[in-house]
Amino acid sequence: MTPLAKLLEAALFASARPIPTDELAALDGDASKAAVAAALDELREHYDVDGHGVELTEIGGGWQILTRAEYTEAIERAQLASRPARLSAAALETLALIAYRQPIGRAEIEEIRGVSVGSVLKSLHERGLIDVVGRGEGMGRPLLYGTTPIFLEYFALRHLEELPRSDELAVALRAEPRAL
Amino acid sequence: MEGVAFRTASFDGGAPASFVVELSEFSGPLDLLLTLIREEEVDIYDIPIARVAEQFLLRIRTLQLNEAAEYLEMAARLLRIKAQMLLPRTDGEEDWEDPRAELVRRLLEYQQMREVVDVLERAGEERRNRFARAYVPQAAAPAGAPLALSLSELLAAIDRILRVAKDPSVHDVITRAVDVPGAITVIRALLALRAHAWWSELVSPEAEPWQILSTLLGLLEMAKLGECRVQQPRPFADVEITSDAASEAA
Repeated sequence: MTPLAKLLEAALFASARPIPTDELAALDGDASKAAVAAALDELREHYDVDGHGVELTEIGGGWQILTRAEYTEAIERAQLASRPARLSAAALETLALIAYRQPIGRAEIEEIRGVSVGSVLKSLHERGLIDVVGRGEGMGRPLLYGTTPIFLEYFALRHLEELPRSDELAVALRAEPRAL
Repeated sequence: MEGVAFRTASFDGGAPASFVVELSEFSGPLDLLLTLIREEEVDIYDIPIARVAEQFLLRIRTLQLNEAAEYLEMAARLLRIKAQMLLPRTDGEEDWEDPRAELVRRLLEYQQMREVVDVLERAGEERRNRFARAYVPQAAAPAGAPLALSLSELLAAIDRILRVAKDPSVHDVITRAVDVPGAITVIRALLALRAHAWWSELVSPEAEPWQILSTLLGLLEMAKLGECRVQQPRPFADVEITSDAASEAA
């Protein structure tokens, strides 16, 4: 491996969170963006081709070393690490709406889901998956919610655009119902 | 009651805690309605409202959901649509609007959200199955780095401080370990001779604190082992030490 790839590997190993690309580039003042990208490719290939127990993953505009899924059971059985709890269906539905319609207020989420979402919003906010991103017009200037970088981390998404576009879904959102 | 989870939740605004019923199976009335439409295999754009409304009512009754306002609201909506469908209308009526239109729009919107939920669920599961070097739910402040210091740096620092201090008074510190076994030996020897002794005999007035402490600890240790008895007639009086063998003989 090139010295730059080794340096990036060491930094990624030392960090528990994904490291943004620009912070990786700052590790070596002389390295160009292209050189950092090439070194990341080299590291990823090194893990994939040589057969390592970890892999390099791009998450939320940054990079992180993660263990491979096939070793999860064994690691968890040995109680070395444990998987985080799954989100409830109510939490996932609320998150899905926020991800697609952000900034979105509580009333709109409740209208679509058909249930009240006060406690779900609170717990999503506590977990850092959503945040207040502004206030809406209209009565009481309601709080508007949006997703956070932790949201991308939780679902290992590179960016929000990685989610299917509205028009790619089987039923287009806000689609006019067929003439009845 | 199977499949029904009860929990209380307080709504925002400090309102008193309301009773919320959540089905573990369904995440809301729209979810239940969509499931029924799928089960009945009917066209979402042409819902046989009477049948679906009947099924909906049956389901929330068997699921003991009567308290859940959100499900009841949907049930009422379905019944209202059903009634509107029954109203006679003339064929040539231009401005007739299908009373189901709003419901269909909501169902489609909900269904699309569920598609996104599937995407998120898959992505979340994939990420869940891979560990980062250390799983941190929240960003923790980095711990302070361990102190790295060489001996010469330490001595240089001391030197600087001594220079600054106007009159450095340096004391020699001598460690004097408390000698409990030694004190026990002394007490035992004394009791072997006399079977009866006073604290003032064990500790001379010139004794240093460490000697007093050693004797005290030794004495307490011997009392614990049952080798002697320790008595004090009144506060601050001299302590009388009696060999246990002697007291038995007495």
